[in-house]
Amino acid sequence: MFEKTIRGSQRYWGWLFFLLVLMGIGFGVYLYQFFEGLKITGMSRDVSWGFYIAQLTYLVGVAAGGVMVVLPYYLHDYKAFGRITILGEFLAIAAVIMCMLFVFVDLGQPTRVMNVIIHPTPNSILFWDMTVLSVYLLLNIVVGWNVLSAERKGIPYQKWVKVLAYVSIPWAFSIHTVTAFLYAGLPGRHYWLTAIMAARFLSSAFAAGPALLLLLCLIVRKVSRFDPGREAVRTLGGIVAYAFIINVFFFLLELFTAFYSQIPGHMHPIQFLFTGLEGHTYLVPWMWTAAAVAVVGLILLIVPATRRNEDTLVVGCVAVIVSTWIDKGLGLIIAGFTPNPFEGVTPYWPTLPEMLISIGVFATGFFILTVLYKMAIGIKEEAAGVS
Amino acid sequence: MGVNRREFLKIAGLSTLVGLGGKTAFELLAPGELEAREAPLGEAQKWGMVVDMHKMDEPLMDKCIEACHRFHNVPNIGTPKEEVKWLWKETYHHSFPGRENEYLTEEVEEMPFLLLCNHCTNPPCVRVCPTKATFKREDGIVIMDMHRCIGCRFCMAACPYGSRSFNWGDPRKAPEALNPGFPWNPDYPTRSMGVVEKCNFCAERLAKGQYPACVEAAAEEVEGALVFGDLADPESEPRAVLREHYTIRRKPELGTGPNVFYVI
Repeated sequence: MFEKTIRGSQRYWGWLFFLLVLMGIGFGVYLYQFFEGLKITGMSRDVSWGFYIAQLTYLVGVAAGGVMVVLPYYLHDYKAFGRITILGEFLAIAAVIMCMLFVFVDLGQPTRVMNVIIHPTPNSILFWDMTVLSVYLLLNIVVGWNVLSAERKGIPYQKWVKVLAYVSIPWAFSIHTVTAFLYAGLPGRHYWLTAIMAARFLSSAFAAGPALLLLLCLIVRKVSRFDPGREAVRTLGGIVAYAFIINVFFFLLELFTAFYSQIPGHMHPIQFLFTGLEGHTYLVPWMWTAAAVAVVGLILLIVPATRRNEDTLVVGCVAVIVSTWIDKGLGLIIAGFTPNPFEGVTPYWPTLPEMLISIGVFATGFFILTVLYKMAIGIKEEAAGVS
Repeated sequence: MGVNRREFLKIAGLSTLVGLGGKTAFELLAPGELEAREAPLGEAQKWGMVVDMHKMDEPLMDKCIEACHRFHNVPNIGTPKEEVKWLWKETYHHSFPGRENEYLTEEVEEMPFLLLCNHCTNPPCVRVCPTKATFKREDGIVIMDMHRCIGCRFCMAACPYGSRSFNWGDPRKAPEALNPGFPWNPDYPTRSMGVVEKCNFCAERLAKGQYPACVEAAAEEVEGALVFGDLADPESEPRAVLREHYTIRRKPELGTGPNVFYVI
């Protein structure tokens, strides 16, 4: 099936080459980090996780979000998603690989990474995160590959593939729950110590993942002869709308608990994000942007006319992605470390090398995604007899 | 436990190099160390410490910090963001957030407190470590295997006391102007970059029956400013102090069971 990936237009090769350049730059800067240490990042004693771990968190959500097409298709036999489940599974593969790379580039001693397997430690959530992410990656590779090759041969996929597809559904929930547990079980980190963290993670994942998938479907329709179908796109829009409403609702619950109880520890990180703390206001414009964009997204997704219009639906989905990314890919980690255990504020902002390494990881993910999508679309075009 | 094989070989090798006998070599490497305390410490079930703030002042704290950091080759990195510290000073407000009020005595308001790892009874850092590089010994010490640490810094997120430092760069390349003569103690290893480190209650000194470096340094000035011993033993020095004085601990409400107490 891979032969589908080595025949493409100039635009396809140009895009892959562009991603390869970004990957090369990222790798070069990573070597610099490898020899100089993580001091080349903006992280510090007080904000000891930063952009890398934040992207891991966001991308676990994207990976889990793929289940929002897999679940209706396999559990409810929702046929309209039959055409795009493979896109959801391949998006999950690319996202999980990016997650693993983001953990890897964050390690101080990357050559010792196998210690996690050599000395398995079940009481560490990081051990479980590694386990569930690896299994989820495998599930998606096996299911995606087998379903696609069955489609190519024009035969139904085997029963055991369906069993694995069923397993992958709760597994998607597990990866983001475990990722939330990385944070939600730490004493003394007020912003993270909340029982609703896993629920918030899942709701933002089920909004952002399908939103990204929807955009990808529209891109696929534009650049290929494969049409994911109007109904699939429309249903995805509905899923994004519901999940995003729940996500915003969960965040408002956090605000209520913090500000009605008036417990300083609960209020400080949120104040830091939205009004600034001890004169540190650098995240304030970002968070208000996220809030404003979230409102725009909510309106466009809730009003039926704008949700059904593809142009406004695209804007709504971009709004969801931007707003959840600022919340999870930026604010969540920094505010978890702010204020620090001494009630002080140490500012954190990613450095240029840190950004270049991150861009390299994203480019790797998009490279994998492009190649996998190219393969899937090639086979779908072939099966439909349009190539 | 006396001098183990590795230490013996090191001392023997160094002694041969300078052509001296065992005790003389010790004197050269760490002068006064052998005679410092009369009664060597035994074994314990739960090592702990009491910091008597009435007997502490800032110069004495600085002396303790200096002793600790020189003994463990903890360099001054020069930038607060990359700082590595095992023992350090913080104000009352920073040390005991949530316990402050507007009407504190001037002494408490202005006096810095001496902070270190609390060697918790229920340590969150040990719970989260994915490789068991951080573990709790049977004598209560929370200690690190720096050769196993992968530098994921989960322990730093988990520790509510800010007791853990990460080597963001190579500590052996710390600015020489700030660290003349580094490494100061050839008997204690320097660290590589990319690993976390913290106070280890001087486990290597306890193994020889010696008090921790900070306790010894404090004892040279005032008796009982830092009281160290077995909290599980009702007859121990810290237990005697705890019986007589009201003490506080940092963030006990988190259930970590900190084993460093402060007399205020």
